[in-house]
Amino acid sequence: MKSSSEFYLDDVVIRLVQFSVAWAVVAMAAGVYLAAELIWPTLDFGQYWLSFGRLRPLHTNGIIFGFGVSALMTTAFYSVQRTSHVKLFTPGLAWFCCYAWQLIVLLGGLSLLAGYNTSKEYAELEWPFDIAIAIVWVCFGIVFFGTIATRRIKPIYISNWFYGALIIVIAMLHIVNSLAIPATALKSYSLYPGAQDAVVQWWYGHNAVGFLLTGGFLGMLYYFLPKHAGRPIWSYRLSVVAFWAFVYSYIWAGPHHLHYNAIPEWVQSLGMVMSIILLAPSWATMINGIMTVSDAWEKLRTDPALKFIVLSLAFYGLATFEGPMMAIRSVNVVSHFTDWTIGHVHSGALGWNAMITYGTFYFLVPRLVGGELYSVRLANVHFWLALAGTMLYIMSMWGAGVSQGLLWLSVDQIGELSFSFKDIMASMTPYYALRLIAGIIFLLGTILMAYNLYKTIQGRQASKVEIPAVNPAYGIS
Amino acid sequence: MNGLNLHKRIEENTGLLIFGILFVSAIGGLVQILPILDQDSLNTATENSHLYSPVELTGRDIYIREGCSVCHSQQVRPLIAEVERYGAYSRADEFIYDRPFLWGSKRTGPDLHRIGGKYTDDWHRVHLIDPRVVVAESIMPAYPWLAERPASAASDITAKMRALRTLGHPYSDEDIEAAPDELVDLTEIDALIAYLQVLGTAYVEEDAP
Repeated sequence: MKSSSEFYLDDVVIRLVQFSVAWAVVAMAAGVYLAAELIWPTLDFGQYWLSFGRLRPLHTNGIIFGFGVSALMTTAFYSVQRTSHVKLFTPGLAWFCCYAWQLIVLLGGLSLLAGYNTSKEYAELEWPFDIAIAIVWVCFGIVFFGTIATRRIKPIYISNWFYGALIIVIAMLHIVNSLAIPATALKSYSLYPGAQDAVVQWWYGHNAVGFLLTGGFLGMLYYFLPKHAGRPIWSYRLSVVAFWAFVYSYIWAGPHHLHYNAIPEWVQSLGMVMSIILLAPSWATMINGIMTVSDAWEKLRTDPALKFIVLSLAFYGLATFEGPMMAIRSVNVVSHFTDWTIGHVHSGALGWNAMITYGTFYFLVPRLVGGELYSVRLANVHFWLALAGTMLYIMSMWGAGVSQGLLWLSVDQIGELSFSFKDIMASMTPYYALRLIAGIIFLLGTILMAYNLYKTIQGRQASKVEIPAVNPAYGIS
Repeated sequence: MNGLNLHKRIEENTGLLIFGILFVSAIGGLVQILPILDQDSLNTATENSHLYSPVELTGRDIYIREGCSVCHSQQVRPLIAEVERYGAYSRADEFIYDRPFLWGSKRTGPDLHRIGGKYTDDWHRVHLIDPRVVVAESIMPAYPWLAERPASAASDITAKMRALRTLGHPYSDEDIEAAPDELVDLTEIDALIAYLQVLGTAYVEEDAP
């Protein structure tokens, strides 16, 4: 006779996949609409809630907190059970995290459209939402660390460290950066004035990218890449070194967002140097990942899920090289305030975050419901759409950003500005049109995946997976 | 104890792992962020600092609400081309009363830190209601609703000023009591224009460039 505690809790994992994919479609569609508004500015039809300045935070928050965090909860809940050989700690709280988080993203998104917006990037939600986020985040931590504390396997697997760093560091960043004095029910003023607010905000902003979009997704990589390739991590020791180097050095890099701004120069220089150092742990992880698949290349021909994950590693390498380069002050003087930044963000968000999530979902969902993927062919089509969309996106923004940066700074022989801002802005239309096409291509791929996964799940239940016996060599005695 | 043994202990102990992550990730913030928060020149008012009037504050909050900072920076960098294009580069003491800061990260449109006084109120009014009337190439959204909504409706001005006073903005009781009257008969577009017109104007030109 078996008690239910001998099965993994996977229902909540499937539900989180569904939410994550839904947010991907909604938030990417918002992105496509924004791209169109930059070409046809009257597309908001005089409706305040469709206005660029309100829709843009919905796009970024929907992607990061809707799509991204839901995907991270999905994979953290799935893999922490497998690597600990126990069911999720406090299943009720796991369900609470799942639904409460979606409610925050939904109501938060609507509040952004209504104009309740702190203006601090990726921390736009007003103070009641900040408190709700902190509460759900602590619950996420209790479920996650509780599962680890009750584990039956002695070592804590590397993927769990990255999820652990995600939970701990994002909590720290979120709380410090959100400190504010409420004035009304949905309006607050930051505890920090001007330049200090800027430094705190980019300490947060850069590390939200660092510990959520990089660290969290590295947790995904460290579990699903070896699992999928059928190979152990190439060098576990390298992953250990890279982890601590990553946690230590990422946090310093924020001030590269404020080069030549009105903050002390030593902070800018420190941020620049640490950003360049950050290349080492980033690429150590990439090399570790590439070497892990190096004996399983033949799978790349047949398996779209692994193709997505390996391609995501390539874009991870590209983005983590480009980032430190853009952090160098003499490069940043051109790239800052331009569309190059937008391109850089998307080489990370589309090429790395979205692709590794897609690869993981194509791998995970059939297993969760004990069936086959509805269509491998559609997944392959999706792969090429995602690659084409990402490449076109990055290249159009490189073109736009480098032109803006150089033309803004250009002066003639007698020191007069060569071009008016208006003319430079007007010359962006072809790049913006290419970007719109890129976004539509990428969104189409995502919709194909949503359909594919829907058909895979349709009519099936989460399969009950029994918790296996523990190898005595690694068990907790 | 050698490093591998220590690490074996960390990777088998949940509490140690949590503590390790918290400790290692906090170092950067402690060394880099705390000194900035402690630096008085970044939070002490000078003659370059401007305390926003109730109308300007209302306008600033509308600027935030509409997400203007998504496309407009308020930060002139100390570069020849930028100083020529926009005016004197931005100083930290000009932002003492900016909560939150609105430096931005993207210039889809031009920088606005030195926009104050460059155009007339009428130009701004026409431009905000339909940008393409005055700048044919503009891709800025139109904000027709600003001209229709009363400034006082979107503004709990006394509550806001009190909140800012707890943070050290020197509003007197009389300032706060008189504030609602200043907003009477104004629309949101009036308040926003008042804010735009004061942007970057408090700066006192020094002899050095």
